[in-house]
Amino acid sequence: MPDLRELYQTTILDHNKKPRNFRKPEGANREANGWNPLCGDKVTVYLTVDDDGVVKEVGFQGSGCAISTASASIMTQVVKGKTLNEVLEVFDRFHELVAGSPAAEPDQGALGKLTVFGGVREYPMRVKCATLPWHTLRSAVRGEGEITKTE
Amino acid sequence: MSAATVMDRPLEVEKIRKDFPILSRSMRGRPLVFLDSAASAQKPRAVLDAITDLYSNHYANIHRGLYELSETATQLHEQARVKVQALLHAAQSREIVFTRNATEAINLVAQSYGRTHIGPADEILITCMEHHANIVPWQMICEEKGARLRVAPISDAGELLTDELEGLIGPRTRLVAVAHVSNVLGTVNPVRRIIELAHAREVPVLVDGAQAVPRLAVDVRELGCDFYVFSGHKLYGPTGIGALYGRADLLETMPPYQGGGEMISSVAFEKTTYNEIPYKFEAGTPDIAGAIGLAAAIDYVEAIGLDRIAAHEESLLSYGTELLAGIPGVRLIGTAREKTGVLSFVVDGVHPHDVGTILDGEGIAIRAGHHCAQPLMDRLGLPATARASLGLYNDQSDLDRLAEGIHKVIEIFR
Repeated sequence: MPDLRELYQTTILDHNKKPRNFRKPEGANREANGWNPLCGDKVTVYLTVDDDGVVKEVGFQGSGCAISTASASIMTQVVKGKTLNEVLEVFDRFHELVAGSPAAEPDQGALGKLTVFGGVREYPMRVKCATLPWHTLRSAVRGEGEITKTE
Repeated sequence: MSAATVMDRPLEVEKIRKDFPILSRSMRGRPLVFLDSAASAQKPRAVLDAITDLYSNHYANIHRGLYELSETATQLHEQARVKVQALLHAAQSREIVFTRNATEAINLVAQSYGRTHIGPADEILITCMEHHANIVPWQMICEEKGARLRVAPISDAGELLTDELEGLIGPRTRLVAVAHVSNVLGTVNPVRRIIELAHAREVPVLVDGAQAVPRLAVDVRELGCDFYVFSGHKLYGPTGIGALYGRADLLETMPPYQGGGEMISSVAFEKTTYNEIPYKFEAGTPDIAGAIGLAAAIDYVEAIGLDRIAAHEESLLSYGTELLAGIPGVRLIGTAREKTGVLSFVVDGVHPHDVGTILDGEGIAIRAGHHCAQPLMDRLGLPATARASLGLYNDQSDLDRLAEGIHKVIEIFR
């Protein structure tokens, strides 16, 4: 069986307890809401994007399990300073890491601190927890106003 | 059976566990602890054998063939109806309609009785603690007819406020629909009293017995209810089979729910005459094996004794309540005085889904989430709860393992 410690790594527990960028940034000009009706997780992602398409500020608010809270928290750290196109590339890499085929070898270097979510793929029921903030981020990037659902 | 006899004959859980093949398997390297019977109960060998026996020896379509196999299958199917009748203490077997589950039974009443008796500005009264299955079918009919759904409130402990409910029964109330036992809180509602209150105003009552039938002896005539529904799979029977009890005089006035074979008396392109009850409501080939499996499940629980099962679960519930209440950081959700079968709880600072995943890692199956009762979760101010629920095969050691698992949750999230 997969080891629970692979899922609940120290970094994840730390970000759950002390979520980073847990706020609406000043001057946020894009936002999107995400909701997982299955477990009741709710997240709002805020972005401040400048004229060059660079994410200057990013924050989130909401409530959820440790996996979704830590995923949102680390996500905000990872995407800050990236262009919107780069953000979408990270989205794809993250999605491949947690929900991709078991045979796929994630690019550890490109993923950086996101690799702590590598244990999630062993828990199919929890994949949606990890991806909810990212789907919501993508909606904010694309300027889709409606609520993003993962269930 | 008197209380003394019940106390004298506690369940032999070790022996009972051997009747359930799945309980001998291990989970994550440890003996499986199954505490999710409120979602769906495990099946005793007697149920599996009854289904295999039917398909191996007696199977054919029912009510159709002029040959022995079909006659035998028909008899077995109709005997199952009589078993359900006896289980619920209904007056007649034609008051028992087989459905897929409790949900379909409620939809049947909403679409058939509701469509014909509910009009614009009429009201349907439910309670705050209903499962989505006893909310959404009524919302659908309300929307269609321009009727209004009223909701009786509950206390913080999870008890129905009966006086408030009474105040909500008005001249436009056409139906009261209430859970016998809450799937989230375990609260046993005073359904007999509710029925008295409603009947005093000539309002019929549907009781959702999905959680009650596996845990309490139910007597629909003693309760006086007009409709009663339950699912077989929570009563140790197979999935895909449930039943609606409806008073014969009501069922007779109700139009069919679905059209097809079996529910007809004669069909011509000009006009179709419907079959008598209960067949009028059973269009198409039913779940024959499901009904026969359910009959075997009823035989199984009745041989053990529903009173003994109730006493067993009651004693386990108080054991578990004390155990969980003694863990710092654990809060029990639902502390009604009349309660059965269900231990909902939250752990400070830990989302119920994380509790569920960590307990799963320990080989303990519980449910975590909103339990298909989102309005109740909103009332409680919680996104979700963790829920351990009991079956006749659980014992104190299962709850000890649960407590041990919760300690591990707290340790990981310290």
